Amino acid sequence: MSATAATNQPVTPAPSRKRHLTERARAERRLGWSLVAPAGIVMIAVSIYPIVYAFVLSLQRADLRFPAANKFIGLDNYKTVLTSPLWWQDVWHTVVLTVIPVSLELVIGMALALIMHRVIFGRGPVRAIALIPYGIVTVVAAYSWRYAWEADSGWIPHLLGLKSDPLTSTFRSYLAIIVSEVWKTTPFMALLLLGGLALVPDELHEAAKVDGATAWQRFWRITIPLMKPAILVALLFRTLDAFRIFDTVYIFNQGAHGTETVSILAYNQLLNRLNLGLGSAVSVLIFLMVALIAFLFIKGFGAAAAPGGGER
Amino acid sequence: MKRSPREITGWSAAIAIVVIASLIPIVWIISLSFKDPSTIADGSFLPTKWTWTNYSGIFKQSLFTDALRNSIGIALIATLISVVLACFAAYAIARLDFPGKRLILVFALAIAMFPPISIVGPLYNMWRNIGLYDTWPGLIIPYMTFALPLAIFTLSAFFREIPWELEQAAQVDGATPFQAFFKVIAPLAAPGVFTTAILVFLFCWNDFVFAVSLTSTSKAETVPAAIASFPGASQFTAPIGSIAAAAVVVTIPIIVIVLLFQRRIVAGLTAGAVKG
Repeated sequence: MSATAATNQPVTPAPSRKRHLTERARAERRLGWSLVAPAGIVMIAVSIYPIVYAFVLSLQRADLRFPAANKFIGLDNYKTVLTSPLWWQDVWHTVVLTVIPVSLELVIGMALALIMHRVIFGRGPVRAIALIPYGIVTVVAAYSWRYAWEADSGWIPHLLGLKSDPLTSTFRSYLAIIVSEVWKTTPFMALLLLGGLALVPDELHEAAKVDGATAWQRFWRITIPLMKPAILVALLFRTLDAFRIFDTVYIFNQGAHGTETVSILAYNQLLNRLNLGLGSAVSVLIFLMVALIAFLFIKGFGAAAAPGGGER
Repeated sequence: MKRSPREITGWSAAIAIVVIASLIPIVWIISLSFKDPSTIADGSFLPTKWTWTNYSGIFKQSLFTDALRNSIGIALIATLISVVLACFAAYAIARLDFPGKRLILVFALAIAMFPPISIVGPLYNMWRNIGLYDTWPGLIIPYMTFALPLAIFTLSAFFREIPWELEQAAQVDGATPFQAFFKVIAPLAAPGVFTTAILVFLFCWNDFVFAVSLTSTSKAETVPAAIASFPGASQFTAPIGSIAAAAVVVTIPIIVIVLLFQRRIVAGLTAGAVKG
């Protein structure tokens, strides 16, 4: 991949281009910038500016119900959030709803990727059907699973012969939400892993086979090490995505029965209680946590990409 | 290569599990949508009494038909604009040499990782002040922001694979630059652009956080947000049948897209992600 990228580099004169820009190179730069500018401006305007604005709001008492009481209060909102047990509970819920689904997705997604990669018949239809959950609207998936679990309408309690409403207990609510999330997002994980799987050369497997390695050994000694970059990318994307879980919890019970996540908390503060200051403080904290997760993963990439994986 | 019967049985079992696991929730929501209101709470997996009333019901409510119109309009416009802007950017990134191009990719990646909820509050406040709250542009703009990184990544991966020398070759053969682009390069780029458009459309169609926060009436509310606020027939009945029917209606286009363009979606997501 890096080879093709290199050959496709533009045909500008390579040597001493830094010091002495030809007219053509300068025109190329201008064209490059002006082509990138529209997309760049939109992205900055609607993401950087609001996050800065969120930070500004988070330093103020800004409650839409009492607009007259607006004022700058420094870090008080953060103090309120960080000393509130509710916040820490919600962080814990979010961590649970991130770690468990993502771990399950990694294992199931790997199995699904292997099936999609090696399937000996019906490859097209199998891939297409496996992809359907990826395309389904999250809200629809959540409703389907919620009604499947609900005591009076659902086929799951019916099938298992449960008497009480499963969705009123914390444990079962988590179970239901996790099942729904895993169902919806495993195909995405599998696709990212499939991309990595395609980079593992078949000859290595053949050679190992000749040397007497079992399928299990080949999986752990060849496939997994070569796929490490793809696995990390998939984990990064899914972890960040899972950490902002909102839709599924909202549809299931809006955070009742101990399932409230940080995103639901931010939503409630911002749009139900209209407390923009406090809600923005929560938003900024979520942003910082996501940035921290991304940073840790990317440091991990550096370590993992070092032996042979450093494509770019 | 001959397959042993054991291998065939194993693969059949694996395929059966994948197919069943993928389809159960779909079959279930379809089944719910066809259940007669009197039997909706019977808990059987398939309807015992079939009916179309849930569908005729939602299509008589402007709440749903307006939301459907909003969903289609907003997703299409956001997709169109993002893909056009991303084409410019991706062309520049794949083909031109200019300082800061790596920075654009890093920046796009950072945006892609943004938690949408973090900017919902400020957007809510800004949109109310400048009159974009509960309007189409009020949703199209944030969708574009989050669709652009996805589109730029996928497109620049596709554009890198295009043999651009062909353009010069065509010009040597006497084609004008215009002809060279539209007759040679455009057909090569089209599949990538189309794939990107599918991914971006799915993304916009799927959104719930922005829709539920930045809209409030049938002026701009999209289907996911509208479904979540469906009223029951009376205050004691949950609108399960209507929700199920509405859910099926928004799911049909997705299933058609996925079944028709499975190969493109796989190519698009793996191209965008692996080299990222």
